[in-house]
Amino acid sequence: MVVRELDDEAVDLLFHALADATRRDILRRSVRGELSVSRLAEAYPMSFAAVQKHVAVLERAGLVMKERRGREQLVRTAPDALSRARRALDLLEAAWRGRVDRMTRLLAEDPAPEDDDPPRGRDT
Amino acid sequence: MSVTDTRKDLENLTFTLIADFEAPVERVWRLWADPRRLERWWGPPAFPATVKEHDLTPGGDVAYFMTGAEGEQYHGWWRITSVEPPTSLEFVDGFADAEGKPDEDRPTTVIRVRLTARDGGTRMEMHSTFDSLEQMEQLIDMGMAEGMEQAVGQMDALLAA
Repeated sequence: MVVRELDDEAVDLLFHALADATRRDILRRSVRGELSVSRLAEAYPMSFAAVQKHVAVLERAGLVMKERRGREQLVRTAPDALSRARRALDLLEAAWRGRVDRMTRLLAEDPAPEDDDPPRGRDT
Repeated sequence: MSVTDTRKDLENLTFTLIADFEAPVERVWRLWADPRRLERWWGPPAFPATVKEHDLTPGGDVAYFMTGAEGEQYHGWWRITSVEPPTSLEFVDGFADAEGKPDEDRPTTVIRVRLTARDGGTRMEMHSTFDSLEQMEQLIDMGMAEGMEQAVGQMDALLAA
């Protein structure tokens, strides 16, 4: 099955959401299991409202979902396995595109072969 | 542009990437086979990789870590399962603890790389396979670092335009 590409707006939301250390930490914690906003707020040196704002940014990017249970607001990663897989594969793709860009740049600046130490595993 | 095609298979949890480089197979191979070159592209600029051990022989290990802006380190390892210089490499990629010891409880990915001569350049086909969705999600940590890097790169491109 081939998956549609993320559109530009979704990518912007994703990068914005991940460009903050607190939000990355919230996401890591929520990947491990659902947790409440008030418990999260205890973990950071910031106000409950500030933590709520971070959660809202993650939610807009489709990385987490909020759910009210009694007086608690729970945060968890999107439950749909397919959308979770898609998200993980999108991030993996971004990682590999970055790697290929760097490989291309290295090849462009690399001196011609055979002018320094030979590659491993080959006799010279 | 180097990346020619990517395929994501959500059901089988595989990711395939095809890239074409304007360089002979030998030179593309050296990006994998030379640890000093490998560390210049494996990690994103904000999380540069340091390769501590690099033994590209069957059963051999590659040990590396990536260092973030605040000094945090992500350790990883490869176990080489098959290698045919200069055209093919297969390895298991996994996480390691702070001392660089492979963490058996965390996910591993099987990565297959094949290089073929094509139109005077080199085609690289990279295929990665995950055992489970949980595994893939645990890999998000690394992916996020790269995602940020991409975002910064996009901003640079916009500012330069």
